[in-house]
Amino acid sequence: MLLEVEGLCVNYGHIEAIRDISFGVEEGTIATLIGANGAGKTTTLKTLSGLRKVRAGTVKFEGKDITALPPYERVKLGISQSPEGRGIFPGMTVTENLDMGAYVRTDRKSAAYREDVERVFTLFPRMEERRTQVAGTMSGGEQQMLAIGRALMARPRLLLLDEPSMGLAPMLIQQIFGIITEINQQGTTVLLVEQNAAQALKRAHTAHILETGEIVRSGTGAELAGDDSVKAAYLGGDV
Amino acid sequence: MSTSVSATSGTKSKSKSRLGFVDRLTNLPKLVKILLWVLLALFLYALPLLEPPLLSTPGTDFGGVLFTVTIYCLVALGLNIVVGYAGLLDLGYVGFYAIGAYTVAILTSFHANWPFLLAVPVAVVATMVSGVLLGAPTLRVRGDYLAIVTLGFGEIIRLAAVNTEWLGDARGISKIDRPPSIELFEIPHLFWEGGTPLLDPDDTTVFLEFGVLDQIPYYWLGLTVVILMLIADRLIKDSRVGRAWEATREDEDAAELMGVPTFRFKLLAFSTGAFVGGLAGALYASRQSFINPLSFLLLFSILFLAAVVVGGQGNRWGVLVGAFLVAYLPERFRDFSEFRVLVFGLALMVLAIFRPEGLLPPRRTLRAKQAGQELAAAEEGDHGEETRVRV
Repeated sequence: MLLEVEGLCVNYGHIEAIRDISFGVEEGTIATLIGANGAGKTTTLKTLSGLRKVRAGTVKFEGKDITALPPYERVKLGISQSPEGRGIFPGMTVTENLDMGAYVRTDRKSAAYREDVERVFTLFPRMEERRTQVAGTMSGGEQQMLAIGRALMARPRLLLLDEPSMGLAPMLIQQIFGIITEINQQGTTVLLVEQNAAQALKRAHTAHILETGEIVRSGTGAELAGDDSVKAAYLGGDV
Repeated sequence: MSTSVSATSGTKSKSKSRLGFVDRLTNLPKLVKILLWVLLALFLYALPLLEPPLLSTPGTDFGGVLFTVTIYCLVALGLNIVVGYAGLLDLGYVGFYAIGAYTVAILTSFHANWPFLLAVPVAVVATMVSGVLLGAPTLRVRGDYLAIVTLGFGEIIRLAAVNTEWLGDARGISKIDRPPSIELFEIPHLFWEGGTPLLDPDDTTVFLEFGVLDQIPYYWLGLTVVILMLIADRLIKDSRVGRAWEATREDEDAAELMGVPTFRFKLLAFSTGAFVGGLAGALYASRQSFINPLSFLLLFSILFLAAVVVGGQGNRWGVLVGAFLVAYLPERFRDFSEFRVLVFGLALMVLAIFRPEGLLPPRRTLRAKQAGQELAAAEEGDHGEETRVRV
């Protein structure tokens, strides 16, 4: 297991956002957490990247307990998050945003670094066109691509994606999920949080359903996608 | 140079002509650029001796006014690191200024007899430490709360001085030491008779005597410190530290996710800003030779912040222009006596309405604004092409 979560509880003041959730992510796979608004998906992801404090439970990365580590230490270990919505640096250009993504790296002048920039540009050709554009003036979809590309610049072992399809046109959603699969095939483990259950389940090896802070179902993506109760609750007319 | 830039842009059609001017300057060969910088510096050093008719301040000592300008420039550069780079709203910056001034006052006059040059390093270290002490608990809160806490800090420092006998209470501290003088030679001033400059053999400045009457040597000292600070500012802004500050200001959570320990960098910004503020305070105390708590009113925190905001927070040249305006204009228009503060306030309001991003905003802000206009123009249709070509 690359990532192991055991009995995780997170509170906002007195409100329990996450109650005793446990799951793991196998190296080289795509795992997904799906669920409705307010189910605790984003909170889970923020806890894994270190932005939220844990009340109880442990998070292990490559067997090492990282529960108490601050976010900037986790990046160095290889956990990189693309935040929800417009999580890019709006006043910086596309290139500057990508540079920030590589902040923990010390090889910023090397060939490997340039290769990684090229890799992001190959995944997202739009980013190459907009290299010098100020990120805050780009469309929602472009900002989303930039956020993912920026997270990749840290060369993560585990990529955490928070609702990459949010607010995107259907065409773009297809494209983004295709790219996520591609990233995974290039060797990066992905943990994906999504409201778009149909797409997420189609792409994921393992899936967990969150309801009001608890995991209520787990299985492979295909299993859950074929399950009648899941279909009724999350897939609706999508299937 | 910054002043001439704003002058041309003021009369002509706003940002475009200025961008062109700046671009043309940056495209000059390196040697020419260095030469221009040296000439500018020489001109600035000579300014109080030249006493140019329109620029000079008839009612007050021109050298003294220029010294005050350099102090404001220094303070603005320091506060710009905190507010402009790291995005931390500090409403109590005068507190650091006061700590620098009081440390020098205590060490050179009130409780000891240290020489000025020995007291200054202690003063800036003391100020940095106070910055860390204030920042460590308060920088965990965000936004408005920080503004309130720092506001309180500034007032606490002043009230502590008022109420502590050891700090000279309300009566203040006098006979603060001056920098050591090396009297080498005398430089005559110019005086202007109907447009023609003449050398005035009776009016001279001794190089380099730090005294009560002639404040020009203080101005030279202040200017030198400002120039050094500008160089340091440039180095730090272009470093990893500068990028970390920028990321933290734009989105703190995202910066953490990139691997930036934001709290540490905020603390660093705070203490760096405090360092500069303390240095300015130390220079000020020495020039005045006398300080009391009235020199460190909340009003000064606001004026310092006004200099940064009016000039364009985040741009070192912008905040220097802001500092110049805030420190110089009230002195230049002393003739209007009581009305000058009113006029000054009006000028600030007009600026806030017509140039909310400041006189010389950072290129980034300009770019964002232009991109926005470009988008709007493109949406309108055929005007889009033209705008894009110019950009």
